[in-house]
Amino acid sequence: MNISDNQNMRYDLQIIAAWIRPGSKVIGLGCGEGELLHYLKHHKQVRETGVELLESRVAACINKGLTVIQGDINEEVTDYANDTFDYVVLSQTLQQVYDPLTLVRSMLRIGKKVVVSFPNFGHWHIRLQLLATGHAPITPQLPYEWYETPNIRILSIKDFRSFARKVGFTILKEATINTDREDKGGSYVTLMPNLRATYGIYMISRKN
Amino acid sequence: MSEYIRHDPSGRSAGRVEKKYFTFAEPPNEMVLDSGRRLGPITIAYETLGTLNAERNNVVLVLHALTGDSHVAGYYSETDDKPGWWDNMVGPGKGIDTDKYFVVCSNVLGGCMGSTGPASIDPATGRRYGLNFPMVTISDMVRAQKALIDHLGIERILSMTGGSMGGMQVLQWCIQYPEMVVSAIPLATTMRHSALAIAFNEVARQAIIADPNWNNGNYYYGSKPDLGLSVARMIGHITYLSDEAMRHKFGRRLQDRNDFSFNFEGDFQVESYLHYQGAKFVDRFDANSFLYITKAADYFDLIRQNEKNSAVDAFSKAAARFMVISFTSDWLYPTYQSRDMVKAMKKNGLDVSFCEIEAEWGHDAFLLPNERLDTLIRGFIESADEHF
Repeated sequence: MNISDNQNMRYDLQIIAAWIRPGSKVIGLGCGEGELLHYLKHHKQVRETGVELLESRVAACINKGLTVIQGDINEEVTDYANDTFDYVVLSQTLQQVYDPLTLVRSMLRIGKKVVVSFPNFGHWHIRLQLLATGHAPITPQLPYEWYETPNIRILSIKDFRSFARKVGFTILKEATINTDREDKGGSYVTLMPNLRATYGIYMISRKN
Repeated sequence: MSEYIRHDPSGRSAGRVEKKYFTFAEPPNEMVLDSGRRLGPITIAYETLGTLNAERNNVVLVLHALTGDSHVAGYYSETDDKPGWWDNMVGPGKGIDTDKYFVVCSNVLGGCMGSTGPASIDPATGRRYGLNFPMVTISDMVRAQKALIDHLGIERILSMTGGSMGGMQVLQWCIQYPEMVVSAIPLATTMRHSALAIAFNEVARQAIIADPNWNNGNYYYGSKPDLGLSVARMIGHITYLSDEAMRHKFGRRLQDRNDFSFNFEGDFQVESYLHYQGAKFVDRFDANSFLYITKAADYFDLIRQNEKNSAVDAFSKAAARFMVISFTSDWLYPTYQSRDMVKAMKKNGLDVSFCEIEAEWGHDAFLLPNERLDTLIRGFIESADEHF
């Protein structure tokens, strides 16, 4: 996996970038300032589309030469025909979506493959904090107080795996990772990932 | 729109520009209009800024709104007190950089700023057209612009932009001549007027028509319908602002007085503003042109133009890369209308970006200096280069 020329990007994005085939068609939902899409456009020649809610971030994307639509991801996905994209990327946003089930189904419809990453609520830091202090946990990955957090759908790696079984989609790839405090570097976690990984990254598809 | 035109405080300017004229469609080769009537000869007034490069791939076409003209930026002479209407956007180092791009802007067909319109002389009679001028549509305006672009030896346009009715022309270009448009920026515009927009235009038209001086459009050799035209302009200005903009700009402040006059002189600043705008407008605009152009804008309907009567089908021929922009406080061409357009473009698999700019100034926001708009347009045109 060649991610060496890409050390400035968030570590989970580096992994996602490595999964995307060159020349493919990609939509990034909640694409922020277009860090990943910009990398993919210039290093993998993808045809990119971003969806982002905030005007300032949309402007930053357009300034980078990216194609981006300002809007709500839940609504924007409904306009695309089946299999419009090779990849639909939802990075670190699933936990902020009001209706994840509908969104995941939409993503599986408009894309041949869907890449999802999220912070793992099963991490031992979180478990220990709750047990020891009795307070809702605050970690580098989930840094908000309960009353100001955008993360309304906290889930663990185990939860996502059982979600796959229940909803009936196929997990094509799984990367469970442990990142440093800035999320710029990290490593794969293969032993007890639900306890030790800070993030889960998945590539999923409809069942054949 | 002219109320916003100011000298650019940065001192950057496109400099001296010259209004030029291109005449075509000489009889018997008149242009056939959407209405089926023939019109010719047609003169189009236009201005260019910057330099057309050898590859002829640096053309940016700017389309003006209802009452604009070809004078997009720069000055005609050193003694001009005002530059062109989009001087804050077009010039060296600005959003549309005249150091890089060859900018073309022409007065619309039916206008009164040098292009053929109802105030022009009808060669058949030797008198002004007046209401004998045929009804022109947005598509006819675009057809005339295409003739000008051909005349300038330009095959493809790197980017085109325009706000309001200028945006309608942008959309029409992309559908009518898709192979010629590399990228397009429809600003604060719509695929078709809402009933609300038509209603305001109709009240404005009726103000002109009700003026006894209008005389069925036959006023060129006597007194002009200045009262009607100024009321029409006042109505327009209300629709270009917003509740918020008016609150900030005028509130309930009184003009040159401390208390009510208890007569109908116009106590409030907002009244004084509208009177001033109305009075200023009659010096530069022809009442018949106003009637024709507002009607063209009302008739414009991208959805009705195609057989399937669908917005999606309207864009099936388009090939440009789009950036659609709306403004939060614009209630004349609200954001939902831009979103409908974006949706139709998406469904055609077109490369489309969309941004809604937070701005309090209502529909007029697209004309005002706005750093966000500058950045978006600059960035988008730059990236259009790679799609040429």
